[in-house]
Amino acid sequence: MQLVTPGIGLIFWMTLSFLIVLFLLKKFAWKPILESLKERENSIEEALNSAEKAKQEMLNIKSENDKILAQAKIERDGILKEAKEVRDKIINEAKKSALVEAEKLKQDAITDIKSEKENAINQIRAEMAILSVEIAEKIIRKELSSENKKEEIIQAYVQDVKLN
Amino acid sequence: MNKITLAKYIAIIVFFVFGTHNRLFAEQENHESEAKKKLDVGALIMDHVLDAHEWHILSYNDFHLSVPLPVIVYSQTSGLNIFMSSKFHHEHKYVPYKGFALATEGVLKGKIYEVNEDGTPKTTTIVKNGEKVEEAVLPLDFSITKNVVALFVSLIIILWVFISIANKYKGVQKAPTGLQNAIEPLILFIRDDIAKPAIGAKKYEKYMPYLLTVFMFIFFNNLLGLIPIFPGGANLTGNISITFVLAIFTFIITTRNANKNYWVHIFNAPGVPWWLKYPIPLMPLVEVIGVFTKPFVLMVRLFANITAGHIIVLGFFSLIFIFGEMSVGVGYGISIVSIAFTIFMSVLELLVAFIQAYVFTLLSALYFGMATEEHH
Repeated sequence: MQLVTPGIGLIFWMTLSFLIVLFLLKKFAWKPILESLKERENSIEEALNSAEKAKQEMLNIKSENDKILAQAKIERDGILKEAKEVRDKIINEAKKSALVEAEKLKQDAITDIKSEKENAINQIRAEMAILSVEIAEKIIRKELSSENKKEEIIQAYVQDVKLN
Repeated sequence: MNKITLAKYIAIIVFFVFGTHNRLFAEQENHESEAKKKLDVGALIMDHVLDAHEWHILSYNDFHLSVPLPVIVYSQTSGLNIFMSSKFHHEHKYVPYKGFALATEGVLKGKIYEVNEDGTPKTTTIVKNGEKVEEAVLPLDFSITKNVVALFVSLIIILWVFISIANKYKGVQKAPTGLQNAIEPLILFIRDDIAKPAIGAKKYEKYMPYLLTVFMFIFFNNLLGLIPIFPGGANLTGNISITFVLAIFTFIITTRNANKNYWVHIFNAPGVPWWLKYPIPLMPLVEVIGVFTKPFVLMVRLFANITAGHIIVLGFFSLIFIFGEMSVGVGYGISIVSIAFTIFMSVLELLVAFIQAYVFTLLSALYFGMATEEHH
């Protein structure tokens, strides 16, 4: 029975000393401990937050960089494309003008050749005339060298004239 | 430096507690020389589990080493009396002193009762269950008993530990060192796993000092109770007076901080059929009983758990002597088993020491949380 009967003495001492200890611990132990734990947690959280912030900022910068890079790429591609177009255009134009020029040269050459050919032919003709005259002269001379032949020819021509 | 001054304080307090008498330690007593006294295991265990007016350390044959403790009694006839409990011993016998005597057997065993001039117990006639019963007159006993000394010792240890740890937190914050490392997780555990979830993140701070103090008080005393030698070994948290006071504190804090919502839930619980409240207020009655059963259960749970642990360990040790009485050899043989079981129990009790402190704190926090819960 004593086991389960609270005794006045122990209750009295317990209440008194527990209250004193509660007060002392509250003032000198729990308050500084809890406060500094809270402070520490806050500082850790702050540090974590600022780290997170820095990370976010880094990400922002990176994404901005990526953006700029992408834009630069696009721009570069554009410039390249334009340059290619310009190049193609220039080449095409050059090709065209070259063709025209070539044609023109060809035509000129053809005309030149034609005129040269004509000239040559004309020259050849004149040469041939002179040559044939010379040949004729030589033949005639040769023919006329003998009396018989002379007679014959005169005869022939006389006959021809007669016929006329 | 700090440690030395603290040790001095402890020494001074120890002297204050014991030093009112010149026969400090090592008092040779010789009770009735009954060397062949029959072993009474029940009485032996009860003597260890209950409170006492002296702190018995060891007995060897006729040599008894025990620390006498101050007796402070208030009698309606002779007023306040203060003297050392050793006054009850005179030439190896228990004797009355200043009209008081120490009961050595019966239901009052270990208690101080008033005696007449001739040494017979003072009695009064009271009416119990319609019958007149003669009952011994007991003075109001405010003695510094074994448990009170254990209480003071444990509180001094707690104060010393926590105030010295608190000093480490002052000034520039450094990484925790030493004992701080052991205690800090406990404090964080109580804050983050008991107070915050049970009471709520907004209101828990107000209750933290009480919860921490209660937890550490129960935990330290449970552990001290496991130490078999002086100044440990007192069954403090297994004493119903101690758990009673702790439960009363929880009850008072709960009731004082209770908001309107709490009382509405008790007297007019919403969502309960009307016929449970009117005309017979069945639910309110149950709820009101519940208000008192909660701290009552707190009181009984802690007391029963710790006392049971002590009784089991003492029971295992008694086995040695029970068998030893039959035959010395069997006693030695049994001692191996007993010690193995006791070690097992002690390890279990280490766990129980923590669990009971945790449960008491958690339930207190839950009651505070219930009392301050906002309407939802």
